[in-house]
Amino acid sequence: MALKRNVGLKGIKYRGGGPMLAWALHRISGLAIVLFVGLHVISSFFMQQLGSDIATALNTVYESIYFQFIVIFIVLFHALNGLRVIILDLWPQLIKFQREATWLQWLIFIPTYGMTVTIMILNQLQGG
Amino acid sequence: MSSRPAPQIGFSFEYLMWIFTRISGLVMYLLAFVGLVMAFWMGAHQQVDIGALARWTFFPNPNHVTNTNIPDVTLGWSNAWWQVMEMLIFLFAVTHGMNGVRVIYEDYIGNTWGRALGRGIIFLLWIFLLIVGIYVILAS
Repeated sequence: MALKRNVGLKGIKYRGGGPMLAWALHRISGLAIVLFVGLHVISSFFMQQLGSDIATALNTVYESIYFQFIVIFIVLFHALNGLRVIILDLWPQLIKFQREATWLQWLIFIPTYGMTVTIMILNQLQGG
Repeated sequence: MSSRPAPQIGFSFEYLMWIFTRISGLVMYLLAFVGLVMAFWMGAHQQVDIGALARWTFFPNPNHVTNTNIPDVTLGWSNAWWQVMEMLIFLFAVTHGMNGVRVIYEDYIGNTWGRALGRGIIFLLWIFLLIVGIYVILAS
């Protein structure tokens, strides 16, 4: 007996679109910031007070250009998305434009992030 | 799964943390803006690369700008003003972040025993991080 319903991938796909992706990324980036800042504070304590090798190595990783690409992406996304949430919460009548607001947010994010990363890569090439 | 609804306005823990999350977000924008503007005022355009400037904007600690062309970080970049700024940013950021962890945790853990345990661990972690962080700020 075969199922009459279509239970393929279509069934589990939640069509939330852009705002749903932003919501999920906001949670993931928030947890990532907590993890990063928490570890960085603790490793800075051990580096500063005890000169620990492991803590120094961890902070060297955090200071590297590749790690900064990730951190800047995460923090900039979380900050811009948080600003969108705050604005929509303060003026609830704007909530019907939340799809447009999410597009606007990416429209601000992509040039800001792209410009920062481009300058960092150019500086790295000049210096190295 | 949908995002959680905004809590009812009133003197409840959920509402106070809901409003705190928004206010602290705006306050961190303001503090980052002050750090960025003052960095340019102190000559960041000539002396600091963009990676170090981003690190300084997130958290104005003198150690974030030591590997740059600043001749002496003790002139302007490292003083009591920045220590107060750091402590304000740190207080808002850690409270904002730990409350965020609590919200996410409580979206998945429904029973009262698990919630009490989670709140206890997150509260201890919050106090621990505040003490360690403020120690690092005052010693750097």
